[in-house]
Amino acid sequence: MTPRAERRQTMKIKQVSVFVENKPGRLVEMLEVLRGQKMNIRALCISEGSDFGIVRMILSDPGKGAEAIRKAGFTATETTVLHSEMPDEPGGLLETVAKPLAEAGINLEYFYAFINPAPGKANIVLKVSDPDRAEQVLRR
Amino acid sequence: MIWNSKYETMPRGELEALQLERLKAQLSRVYEKVPFYRHAFQQQGMTPDSIRTLADMSKIPFTTKQDFRDNYPFGLLTVPLEQVCRIHASSGTTGKPVVAPYTANDLRMWTEVMARTLTCAGVTKDDVMQNAYGYGLFTGGLGFHYGGERVGAAVIPTSTGNTKRQLMLIQDVGTTVITCTPSYTLILAEAAAEIGMDLRLTKLRLGVCGAEPWSEQMRAEIEAKLPIKAMDIYGLTEVVGPGVSVECPHRCGMHIFEDHFLPEVVDPQTGAPLPLGQKGELVLTTLTKEALPVIRFRTRDIASLSSEPCQCGRTLVRMTKVTGRTDDMLKIRGVNVFPSQIESILLQVEGVEPHYMIIVDRERHLDDLEIWIEVSEAVFSDEMRKMEALQKKVKDEVEATLGIGVRIKLVEPRSIARTEGKAKRVMDRREL
Repeated sequence: MTPRAERRQTMKIKQVSVFVENKPGRLVEMLEVLRGQKMNIRALCISEGSDFGIVRMILSDPGKGAEAIRKAGFTATETTVLHSEMPDEPGGLLETVAKPLAEAGINLEYFYAFINPAPGKANIVLKVSDPDRAEQVLRR
Repeated sequence: MIWNSKYETMPRGELEALQLERLKAQLSRVYEKVPFYRHAFQQQGMTPDSIRTLADMSKIPFTTKQDFRDNYPFGLLTVPLEQVCRIHASSGTTGKPVVAPYTANDLRMWTEVMARTLTCAGVTKDDVMQNAYGYGLFTGGLGFHYGGERVGAAVIPTSTGNTKRQLMLIQDVGTTVITCTPSYTLILAEAAAEIGMDLRLTKLRLGVCGAEPWSEQMRAEIEAKLPIKAMDIYGLTEVVGPGVSVECPHRCGMHIFEDHFLPEVVDPQTGAPLPLGQKGELVLTTLTKEALPVIRFRTRDIASLSSEPCQCGRTLVRMTKVTGRTDDMLKIRGVNVFPSQIESILLQVEGVEPHYMIIVDRERHLDDLEIWIEVSEAVFSDEMRKMEALQKKVKDEVEATLGIGVRIKLVEPRSIARTEGKAKRVMDRREL
């Protein structure tokens, strides 16, 4: 079954990425900084290396969140990523995200997906080689 | 600017005649007054009269740091204690400190060479000189202090530490010259950035930096982060403290004040003299010191000498930046490694900051080299692939230069301890 062709919401958003060493308690320290700012984490994904991790977060206020984290002594950057909706059904990721991007020759650096409170929808955050073109492709 | 043209621009022939005359007098004194030297000379079957030319120097036995320890505290003293006016001491990180007594003449000589040093580096009577070398037993604080006053600069004796107050004084008093270790300049820059202070808006223009080896890359880093020209100076407690040599504005090595300190470079293994231009261990002999003269002192600092004329007009021999220490030298899997080599490699990688730690460990009888590097925003990426590429790049560069395997560990900013004195870059955990 092919999902209905409809204009899906896709937009560029800011992701806060933080360098965190693999040491007990470091993640706690960073999260405490965010709580102190009353900052909500909308989505989160950790990429793990052998000695460190890269924590990627979508925050309710990325600018303020990044600044607070930096002030606490962490290395943090703000990166532009794409946020897109997809149908929460079998083949949803494949048909609405993976295939169209592959066909357009756009490379995925990484992505993470999570459920959307609206019924029948899921969210995906993507870092791609060409965000402008990917945005057009995913809006189709 | 030249503080003392007579000696600093003396024709070589005249200077060497003066050196020989002073050397002979110095040798006679230590032979007569210090049993240690008399013994050492006799063992070589020589007397001070055996030295007829400067080339005969190589016949004289060396003095080492161990000799200072064995004669602690006053065994090498040539004057009665009542003629001593001040006593400094080294940090003594490896045992008893080196005790350095000075007579009134020694202090005059020291102030003179420090006035020359500061003038050569570009300090004038119009400067406000904030002296952030440690005041106390360490020779840096008082050495710079009296040199600065002699030149006529307004000296602010801040000593080390209290970085916020240092910054406040730089801003409020209008400091033009900062004197401190090279790593402390970076601590100042970091602290200034943290409180949102732009050092470029201050009057700071010059840094006179020494007391620890630093690379040209570190200098570039300092000069990019602070509005200063960072000038290198050299000195050591056993010889006088700071004031042995300094860079002139042409920055082609450090001019040694040869009318007071006679330099040689020797092979660190065999002790054989090396020709000018060849890298080896710097050996220094004091020519005018009274309380604690030192004859052919093995500095353990690696450098080379050049007598090519300098555009500044000084005829004094120049030494290169100290590129390593014979005792900092790490032997890892049989390979000689200087921390300074590793620093140069690291700083060549775009964005890498000079905050690093070298860890040597031994696992199952095999040496293990690990380098910790702080991840700044300049090198951080949200993509793991790029972080791993950075690790690999540093690893490849280090391995290509040293020829031994290394593990690169990326660590959070400020996880490597900042020191206000000499930076600790090496942790050798091997238990042999």
